[in-house]
Amino acid sequence: MGNQAEGSALNGELDLSQVDALVEPYLDKQGVVIPVLQKIQEHYGYLPRPALERAARRLRIPLSRLYGVATFYAQFKMMPRGRNIIRVCKGTACHIQGGSKIAERIEEILKIKVNETTPDMKFTLEEVACIGACALAPVMMINDEPHGRLTPDKIKKILASYE
Amino acid sequence: MSAVKLTIDGMPVEVAPGTTILEAARKLEIDIPTFCHDPELTRNGACRMCVVEVEKARALVASCCTPVAPDMVVHTDSERVRTARQTILRLILANHPLECITCEKTGDCRLQDYCYRYGVSESGFQGETKDLPLDDTNPFFIRDMNKCILCGICVGKCQEINGAGAIDFTRRGFVTNVSPPFGDPIENSSCVFCGMCVDVCPVGALVPKAGVGKGRPWEIEKVKTICPYCGTGCSVYLHVKDGKIIGASPDAESPVNRGHLCAKGRFGWDFVHSEERLTRPLIRRNGVFVEAGWDEALDLVASRLKESIARYGPDAFMGLSSAKTSNEDNYLFQKLVRHLGTNNVDHCARL
Amino acid sequence: MYEKHLMICGATGCLSSNSGKVKEALEAELARRGIKEKYRLVMAGCVGFCEVGPIIVIYPDEVFYCRLKPGDMAELVEKHLIGGEVVERLLYTSPDVEVPGRFYDTIPFYRKQVFNVLRNSGIIDPEIIDEYIMRGGYRAFSRALKMERPQICDEVKRAGLRGRGGAGFPTGMKWEFTMIAPGEKKYVVCNADEGDPGAFMDRSILEGDPHAVIEGMLICGRAIGADEGYIYCRAEYPLAIKRLRIAIAQAEEYGLLGENILASGFNFHLNIKEGAGAFVCGEETALLASIEGKRGMPRPRPPFPAVSGLFGKPTCINNVETFANIPLILREGGVEEFASIGTESSKGTKVFALAGKIRNTGLCEVPMGITIREVIFDVGGGVQGDREFKAVQAGGPSGGCIPAELLDLPIDYDSLTKAGAIMGSGGLVVMDDRTCMVDLARYFLSFTQKESCGKCIPCREGTKRMLEILERICDGSGEPADLDTLESLAFSIKDSALCGLGQTCPNPILSTIRYFRHEYEEHINEQFCRAGVCKALFQYYIDPETCIGCTRCARVCPVSAISGEKKEVHAIDQSLCTRCGSCVEVCPKNSIQITRVRRKADVSS
Ligand SMILES: Cc1cc2nc3c(=O)[nH]c(=O)nc-3n(C[C@H](O)[C@H](O)[C@H](O)COP(=O)(O)O)c2cc1C
Ligand code: SF4
Ligand code: SF4
Ligand code: SF4
Ligand code: FES
Ligand code: FES
Repeated sequence: MGNQAEGSALNGELDLSQVDALVEPYLDKQGVVIPVLQKIQEHYGYLPRPALERAARRLRIPLSRLYGVATFYAQFKMMPRGRNIIRVCKGTACHIQGGSKIAERIEEILKIKVNETTPDMKFTLEEVACIGACALAPVMMINDEPHGRLTPDKIKKILASYE
Repeated sequence: MSAVKLTIDGMPVEVAPGTTILEAARKLEIDIPTFCHDPELTRNGACRMCVVEVEKARALVASCCTPVAPDMVVHTDSERVRTARQTILRLILANHPLECITCEKTGDCRLQDYCYRYGVSESGFQGETKDLPLDDTNPFFIRDMNKCILCGICVGKCQEINGAGAIDFTRRGFVTNVSPPFGDPIENSSCVFCGMCVDVCPVGALVPKAGVGKGRPWEIEKVKTICPYCGTGCSVYLHVKDGKIIGASPDAESPVNRGHLCAKGRFGWDFVHSEERLTRPLIRRNGVFVEAGWDEALDLVASRLKESIARYGPDAFMGLSSAKTSNEDNYLFQKLVRHLGTNNVDHCARL
Repeated sequence: MYEKHLMICGATGCLSSNSGKVKEALEAELARRGIKEKYRLVMAGCVGFCEVGPIIVIYPDEVFYCRLKPGDMAELVEKHLIGGEVVERLLYTSPDVEVPGRFYDTIPFYRKQVFNVLRNSGIIDPEIIDEYIMRGGYRAFSRALKMERPQICDEVKRAGLRGRGGAGFPTGMKWEFTMIAPGEKKYVVCNADEGDPGAFMDRSILEGDPHAVIEGMLICGRAIGADEGYIYCRAEYPLAIKRLRIAIAQAEEYGLLGENILASGFNFHLNIKEGAGAFVCGEETALLASIEGKRGMPRPRPPFPAVSGLFGKPTCINNVETFANIPLILREGGVEEFASIGTESSKGTKVFALAGKIRNTGLCEVPMGITIREVIFDVGGGVQGDREFKAVQAGGPSGGCIPAELLDLPIDYDSLTKAGAIMGSGGLVVMDDRTCMVDLARYFLSFTQKESCGKCIPCREGTKRMLEILERICDGSGEPADLDTLESLAFSIKDSALCGLGQTCPNPILSTIRYFRHEYEEHINEQFCRAGVCKALFQYYIDPETCIGCTRCARVCPVSAISGEKKEVHAIDQSLCTRCGSCVEVCPKNSIQITRVRRKADVSS
C-alpha cells in the first residue's frame, strides 16, 4: 500500500494531474474502462470521485458508466482502505473447513464488519472467493501474505504482528 | 431470403428471417407480456416476462430477443409458461412497495395489468426489500427506485437514444439499482430532463411531478396536438382533465419525433394555467402597465407603426414572430410585415 | 552443464506453504558452500500434490521431497547433493504407503493419474520457452500451419474434445461455426476467469505451462481465421498473469506470435485482460462485455459469439484446459491417441482440483470414465481423519452433490449431469459427516446471490428469496412448506433465467434436497443440525466419561464458557457458549460432542 498517504487524503488534496497521465495511453482505444479504473486504483488505493470525474471527461465517457462499472466489480473500492488488507477466503474448500468462523473472529477482534476499515486505518476486512490455496483451508491473506490452516484462536496473534 | 414458417399456439405464421418470436406472435395478435422490451433499444432480455415454450428447447426462451427458426413450434401460454410468469410476478411483488392505492401509475401500470392477468395478488415471500431514498428535488419528475423493477429501458433511452448518459445500472445482484453516478440526485447529473425515461417506465418508479394527485389515467383525456415550443413540430398528447392540462406525452406514431420529446414539450406546460399569464393587452401609461381593450391596443400599435414608417421608411421596423405559434400564423405574420414594405422579418426558433 | 536440476514447486499452493522461504534457504546454503553453479534451481509449475507442499523434485535422480522446511535445506544439500544419498526423512510418507515413496510411481496419489494436460507442469521452467519447445512444443502449431482450415476443425472434432469450461460443448464444432461465420476480423478468446470457488486447475496450467495454452490459441486462430486473441484472466491470479506475459514476450521474440508467423503469412497477436472480480464474467457473453469495458452482464444468445462476439465480430471462446489439450490433438497421430482415452461421449483426460475434507488435497489429472470412488479414495487418499464420507460437490455453485451411493459413477459429462451434478470446470469438494448439507446449499446460494449480475428478475430476486428460506431453515425457523416452495422456485428459475448462472444456481439446492432431504427435515421439524454447523440447532457438551480435565478447552474458549478444575471433568455453560468450535479443535480426547438443543420445556419436565 505504497500510496496510502494519498489514499487517505481528503479528496481536495488529491493530486489529480496524475489522472491525465494514467488515462493518456488509453485515449481513443476500445474497451478501456476497466484497465483505466485499475490504473487509477493502483495509484490512489481506491477510486476517488474527483479522479473518476476527471477520467470521464478525458475519455469522453459518461461518468455514470464509469461509476456503473466501478460498482459492478468487486475489485474496485470507492473508499480509502486501511494500511493492511485482510482478505478472508470465502471459497468452498475454506467454507467446509470452517472459514466463516475465521471471519467472525476477526470481526469480533477488530470490531468491524466485512468491507469496513478500522477507525485507525490499520486494517480493512474483505472477502475473496478462493485464492487457490484450498489445500491449506481455511485461508486468509493479509496484504500479500497467505496464512493457511487457520483456527479462530490463532487470529489474535497473527493480527498482532501487523503494524 | 425466403420467409420462415413456424407455428405459434397452433397457428401457422410466416415471417421474415430475423423476426423475433414476439414480433411473429404479435402478427397473430397474440399478446405476450413484456416489461423490458423496447423496439428502439438493443435486445435486452432482462425481465423474462416474455418467456415462451419452444418445443425441443431445454429451457423457456425470451420471445423478445429470440429469432424465429424454420418449423419452430411455440407455445405462448402453456402451464409451464404461466408458472414462470407467475413466479416472476411474485418475485417482483416481494420487493415492490404495494402502494397502488396512491401510486400515480395505477391504471396504467404493466405490473398491475399482468398481476391481474395471471391472478397474482400477493408475493407469498417474506424477506428483505429495497429501502432507497426518494429523489424529488428537481421540478420535473420523481424517482422512486423502490418501485423500479430494473427493466433497464430508461438506461437504454438515456444512453443509447438521448446520449445524456445521466443514469446507469449501479452495483450488482440484489442491490442493483439505476441511478446517477455516486447516487447523486438526478438534478446534479448530466440529465437534460428530456423525460424519455419517464415516458417508458412500465411501473411507477418515474412519474412526472406536475400531475401528482391531479387525476387517474382513466380520467384523463389525451388530446393530440403539435408542440408549440419550437419549429421541429413534435407531435404531443396533452393530458387533460377538467379542461386543464396536467401532463403531456409524446406521440410514438409521429414521423417527426417518433415518441421523443424534449424537456419543454414534455414538462413545460405549467405556463398554460399560470396565474401570471397575460390574458389581456397592457398599455404602458406613465411608466405603468395598465389593462386595455383589444381594439384600443391594436389601434395604438397600428398608429405607432404608421408613424414610424412615415418618418423613417419601412425598413425602420422589423417583425419577430414566435415559434410557439403555428405555421399558418407565421405565414400570415410575414405576409403582413412584407405588405408593410420590409423584409425584416424573423422568427425565434427557440423559446 | 548443471549436475542436477531442482524443481521447486512455485505455484500458489506451495507458495502459501512457504516454498519461497525454502528456496531462499536452499540458495543460501548452496552459496555458503560455493556450489551454486552446479545446480539449477527452478520455480516450477504445480505438481499437484499441494497437501504435502512445499515440494522439490530432483532430476535426474528422480527423487520427490515434500513437506519441506527452510531448516531442512542444509541436510538436503549435505546428504543428497553432495553425498549422493537420498534423505529418507524428507520423502513422502503416509499411512497408505509401507515404505517412503521416492518418486511419482511409488506415491499412491499419482498412480492412477495420466499426465496429458499437465504433461509439462513441474517438469519445465514455465518462464523459458526453449524448455517447452524441447518437449515438443509448437510442433502441432507448425503442422497446423500447413493444414487447410476445415481439416484442423475436423481433427478436433474427430478427437471428440469437449469444452472443459463447464458445459462440455464439442470444441471442433464451435471452431467450425466460427470458421464459417462471415467476417474479415475474428477473435480467439481464452476464458481464464476460473470463478468456481474451490477450483484451481486453470491457474495451475497457466502457471505451469503457459505456452501450451498459447499454442492452443494459435492453432484455433489459424483454424477459424482470427488474427487477434485475448486471454481473460482473474486478477486474483497474479502469478499466472506474470507467467503469461513472459510467455507472450518470448513467443513474440521467437516469431511465434506477431506478423507473418514462421513465414506462413499467418498473423496473430495476443492480449491479456485482467478481470476485476465478478464470477459471472466466466459466462461467455459477460466475459466479452467485460473485455469491451462494460458491466459484466450477460446478453441473450443467439447471436452466439461464434457469429457476433467481441466488438460484434465472430469470436471463438474456449477454456484454458480446452486450449491446453489442442497441441496434443494436432500433433502427428494425436487424434487417435486422444480419442483412445475416455468413454464413448467424453474423451481424453480431465484435471480436477481436490479440496475439502479429503486427505490429499491438490490437483490431479485422470482419464475420463474413471469412477468417483477411484478419484476420491485412490488418488485422494479418502476422507481426512478417516471420517465418514458424506458427499462430494462437483461443479461448484452450478453443480450438485454426489452422495456415497453414487461413488461408482463414472466421471463423464452425461453421467454427472444425470446425477444432478455437472462436470463443471473440475472442482471436487469432499464433505464428511461434519458438513451440513443444508448449510452447503445456503453457502452456494449466498455465493450466487452475491455474484448474480442483477440483470434478470428470476436470478436477481429469486436467489435472494431462496437464500432467505435457507437461512431461516438453518436458523431453526424453517417451516415444512419451505421445501416445496424451494423446489418450485428452483424449477422456475432454472427454466426462465437469462444466463447459465441463473439457470444452474438452483442445482446445489435441488441436489441436496434430492439426496439429503432428511437433513432438511431434521432442521425444520426437529431443529437439529447433526453436523454441528448450524449454530442455532445444536449444543456442545463435554462427555464426562472421556474428559480428562486437561483444561485446554477452557483456556481456548474466547468467552470463558467452560469451567472445571484441572484433572476434573469440565462443563460448558450453554448461556455463554457461542458455538465457535475452538474447544473441539483442541480437545485431545474428542470429548466435546454435539447434541440437540435442550429447550426450556425439556428442562422442567
Ligand atoms: C456463471 C458462469 C460461469 C462460468 N465460469 C467459467 C469459468 O470460470 N471458466 C470457464 O472456462 N468457463 C466458464 N463458464 C463457461 C463459459 O461460459 C463457456 O461456456 C466456456 O468458456 C466455453 O469454453 P469451453 O467450450 O472450452 O468449455 C461459465 C459459465 C457460466 C454460466
Ligand atoms: S430525463 Fe432524459 S436525460 Fe434525464 S435521465 Fe431521463 S432520459 Fe436521461
Ligand atoms: S426506473 Fe422504470 S424504466 Fe427505469 S429501470 Fe426502473 S422500471 Fe425500468
Ligand atoms: S441469470 Fe443472473 S447472472 Fe445471469 S443474466 Fe440473469 S441476473 Fe445476470
Ligand atoms: S477455497 Fe479458500 S483458497 Fe480455495
Ligand atoms: S420483455 Fe423479453 S425479457 Fe423482458
